Amino acid sequence: MPFLDAIRLALQQIWVQKLKSFFTLLGVMIGVTFLIAVVSIIGGMTRYMSDQLVGKLIAINSFEVRQQPKVNIATSPERWRELNRRPPVKWEDIPSVADALGPDARWAAYGAGPLPVESRYVNRPKPATVYCVTSEYFDIKRMEPSRGRLFSPVEYASASNVVVIGDELATYYFPNLDPVGRELIIRGIPYQIVGVMEKQGSAFGRSFDQFVMAPQSSPLLKLVTAHGVLNSIMVQAPSREGMLVQMQRVREVMRIRRHLHPNQADNFELETSDSALEFWNKIKGYLVIAGVALPAIGLVVGAIVIMNIMLVAVAERTREIGIRKSLGARRRDIMSQFLVESATLSTIGASLGVAAGFGFAKLIAAVTPLPAAVELWSVLLGVSIGAGVGIVAGIYPASQASRLDPITALRAE
Amino acid sequence: MTADSTVEAPLGATAERQAVLATPGATPDKDWVIVTRGIKREYDMGGEIVRALRGVDLAIRRNEYVAIMGPSGSGKSTLMNVIGCLDTPSEGEYWLNGTRVSSMSDDALARVRNKEIGFVFQTFNLLPRATALHNVELPLVYAGVPSDERKRRAKEALARVQLETRMDHRPNELSGGQRQRVAIARALVNNPSILLADEPTGNLDSQTSEEIMRVFESLASQGQTVIMVTHEPDIAQHARRIVILRDGLVASDERRSAFVEKLGLPSET
Repeated sequence: MPFLDAIRLALQQIWVQKLKSFFTLLGVMIGVTFLIAVVSIIGGMTRYMSDQLVGKLIAINSFEVRQQPKVNIATSPERWRELNRRPPVKWEDIPSVADALGPDARWAAYGAGPLPVESRYVNRPKPATVYCVTSEYFDIKRMEPSRGRLFSPVEYASASNVVVIGDELATYYFPNLDPVGRELIIRGIPYQIVGVMEKQGSAFGRSFDQFVMAPQSSPLLKLVTAHGVLNSIMVQAPSREGMLVQMQRVREVMRIRRHLHPNQADNFELETSDSALEFWNKIKGYLVIAGVALPAIGLVVGAIVIMNIMLVAVAERTREIGIRKSLGARRRDIMSQFLVESATLSTIGASLGVAAGFGFAKLIAAVTPLPAAVELWSVLLGVSIGAGVGIVAGIYPASQASRLDPITALRAE
Repeated sequence: MTADSTVEAPLGATAERQAVLATPGATPDKDWVIVTRGIKREYDMGGEIVRALRGVDLAIRRNEYVAIMGPSGSGKSTLMNVIGCLDTPSEGEYWLNGTRVSSMSDDALARVRNKEIGFVFQTFNLLPRATALHNVELPLVYAGVPSDERKRRAKEALARVQLETRMDHRPNELSGGQRQRVAIARALVNNPSILLADEPTGNLDSQTSEEIMRVFESLASQGQTVIMVTHEPDIAQHARRIVILRDGLVASDERRSAFVEKLGLPSET
């Protein structure tokens, strides 16, 4: 029997017993619903992690030379001690690092620390991080001012008291005022605000808009770091491959500067967005296992239900099988009829499950801060699982049907 | 035909029949649509061997209209299952349309049923949820005929039994006679070598039975080979040749006139 006829027949059969069919495919549907929901939520969280969190912290195609990684979650006490024993990265490291870079790579460095900040209008201090940055910083981080301007070359060179501030500090310290041209007071000394940066957003409740930035020559540098220590040298290449090349060069230079033997590990960090995401990938592994194992139980139950219903269907339709055989249906015709029927049934269940799973994921995205990302492969996976479960569950009943003796089957009531 | 046959020159063809039955293993001429030589069928019913057929010799020419009669237990249902390729004999040869089918596999028999045999059953055996048209299409589905051609041929077959106006009705929306005509259309749609009817009027009132018999009569006169299993003499006497089974053997095989005379039934004009 041609495949399309078989599917049409299966759909008719399923339609005739709508309610029974629905209950039959419920198990598969629930299994696939959870599978899709979990996969979309994990997918959404991954996107959130890489775009919102790590993407904000580490610029595209860049790495940072640091004493300790910026993203430092799930660190063991031993590792923690090792990180603190490392020598800090210093401003004096910059020339060697910059010399090692290829012509198309660019770099920026900054020192940063928390400082109390006030203005003439609001004197309740709010936590703010003060960054002293070199000139390429804003380009590498792709940060633009929403009002005012960035620093001029003269300001970078001449220890001027100028700053740009984050969006949140602007609205907090200068309510209903334009902060550009006004003063921000840090440790009693006024700094002129030349620009307000575009809103950066937040991740996990942590705002990225509570910063003050000054040129690296600013007097503020002495307040945030001491002894020539800096937080990070950022290096950016035009491509990912270029970045990896630069990373290797910088590693060699740093190891030479620190007199490391070939058998000693790096005592500095070269952190990329990938290395920052490693912790998340570890957690994700466990989530995926749990997220797949639980729905799998649902699918097994679904398969058993379908097998049972198909066995009942074969018993109920023995006479139909006899009629079909008498008219020339071969074993494989009967076999494929019942296989297609159980696969169709189960695929419908899986498709409903895919739809419900997305609905569920969207609902979770709407009522919690967790985002949900629709993954095409999970749709295909869900539907194929449906077809697969249907075929596996249908094999036994279908082979029973195909083996029926036509004479006996024709006599059945 | 068995040796103790009481038939006396029934159709003027007895000698030829004897000849085709006498040589085991020989491929019959294409003119012989059915030849069975010494067909036996035994069942094992919980250790007890039931011998339903004990050596049936039967030769039927193309375009014959034959009734197979016999009391219950005579083996006529078994013979019909064997002739219809639903069952295979335990022993003996069965040649259908020049092909030896008695030792074929299940799937090969399914092809033969599909191409060579049109069944008409006592209980109609239509698919209850399918329309008349779809029921008639069914053998063509298994023959792999494309959808458009299927519809066209199924409509033609329904037209042959004057049911083209009812083709969108389901069996439960049709009368018994109409149902049986749908079944006849289904049996004819693949242009089978034989139309094989098993008690075709068993579930019909006498008026409707006459109607169905008129359909058979007209098909037979158009050249369709018809084999009908029945236990009702007044139905059997519509056929032109009547084979009577008894205890798994052919007890008599004669033309209608002889049969009618013997039973004292009103002769047809």
